[in-house]
Amino acid sequence: MYIIVVGAGKVGWNLARELLEKDHEVTLIESDRRRYMTVEQELEHNVSYGDASELWVLERAGIQRADMVIAVTGDDEDNMLICQVAREKYLVDQIIARVNNPRNRQHFDLLGIKPSVSATDLILRLLEHEVPEYGLVHLLDLQEEQLEIIEMLLGKDSGVTGRRVGDLHMPEGSLLISVLRAGKGFVPTADTVLEEGDEVLAVLDPGKEDDLKALFGPEGDGGIASG
Amino acid sequence: MFILIVGCGRVGSSVARAMLREGHTVSALDEDPESHARLEVGLEKSWEDLGGQFTVGAGLEAEALEAAGIDTADVFIASTDGDNTNIIISQIAKRRYGVPTVIARVLDPLRAEWYARQGLQTVCPTRVAIDMLETAVRDSAGRQDG
Repeated sequence: MYIIVVGAGKVGWNLARELLEKDHEVTLIESDRRRYMTVEQELEHNVSYGDASELWVLERAGIQRADMVIAVTGDDEDNMLICQVAREKYLVDQIIARVNNPRNRQHFDLLGIKPSVSATDLILRLLEHEVPEYGLVHLLDLQEEQLEIIEMLLGKDSGVTGRRVGDLHMPEGSLLISVLRAGKGFVPTADTVLEEGDEVLAVLDPGKEDDLKALFGPEGDGGIASG
Repeated sequence: MFILIVGCGRVGSSVARAMLREGHTVSALDEDPESHARLEVGLEKSWEDLGGQFTVGAGLEAEALEAAGIDTADVFIASTDGDNTNIIISQIAKRRYGVPTVIARVLDPLRAEWYARQGLQTVCPTRVAIDMLETAVRDSAGRQDG
């Protein structure tokens, strides 16, 4: 495959090196002259100097025949623009964009720039996994399919322990899919009574996490309508 | 009309002042709090006293755009010093907030031209300068020949 990597920071440089080792053809584009000189000593003709948001720089790198463009600069606007131009002007099949500020992820999505990768998000996910009292763990994000699967541990102060699953008012767009109890998983029925220490798995529409947290968390009332 | 201008440099601030003078409602957004002073150059009263709005924030931040009033803007002008920023935030203004008129300042003629073909209204000062210089040279050559 011919792959253009934009941005020769730590991410871009290592990425280019790995891709070259896997026998791909790679051009790494860097706009900072000094950084370019440093990287060029190792990667030689596989590095190109220039601002990749200038179309002629991309063309000089042979974007017309590129199979993939990966934009990993430290600037989200640049990454978005480069990927947008790569896909829409030069019809590159595959793009990957780095998100530096996770709050910009919504803009990448709006412009249809997918997939996008955010190190901060990845570490946050890891944190959720490693710190169980965080409450809610993302197991799987199906962005394209607009679904996610999460796991929640029921503490003794959870509002739903001792309640029948059938009595819970699950938020619309969410479904309890399994319960892990004493090392064993099962699919709950309406008559299953939730216990302290249960880990419950739910599938939900993105954006419903807070509703679920409210329902299953310490302050949760189990969603039972009063009166 | 309600006009939101993102990027309050020499261009943005001049356009902001002119539009305010013509009786429009103008809101300016800039990352740098100091750029407020540039808005008031040559004004007899403060920007706010004359009815202007000024918000500190980046054009890519939804909260900043919303605080600056993007939801009700009739015109959105992206005039920061970054071409890519202007191109990206203009698309956000159009697609996410549905602003009816969106104009981006893009210095690079190649990018300006391609995005214009994609339906984004771009203004390219470099293109204008190139055209003017070419015309000036041709005129002078014409005079010397004749």
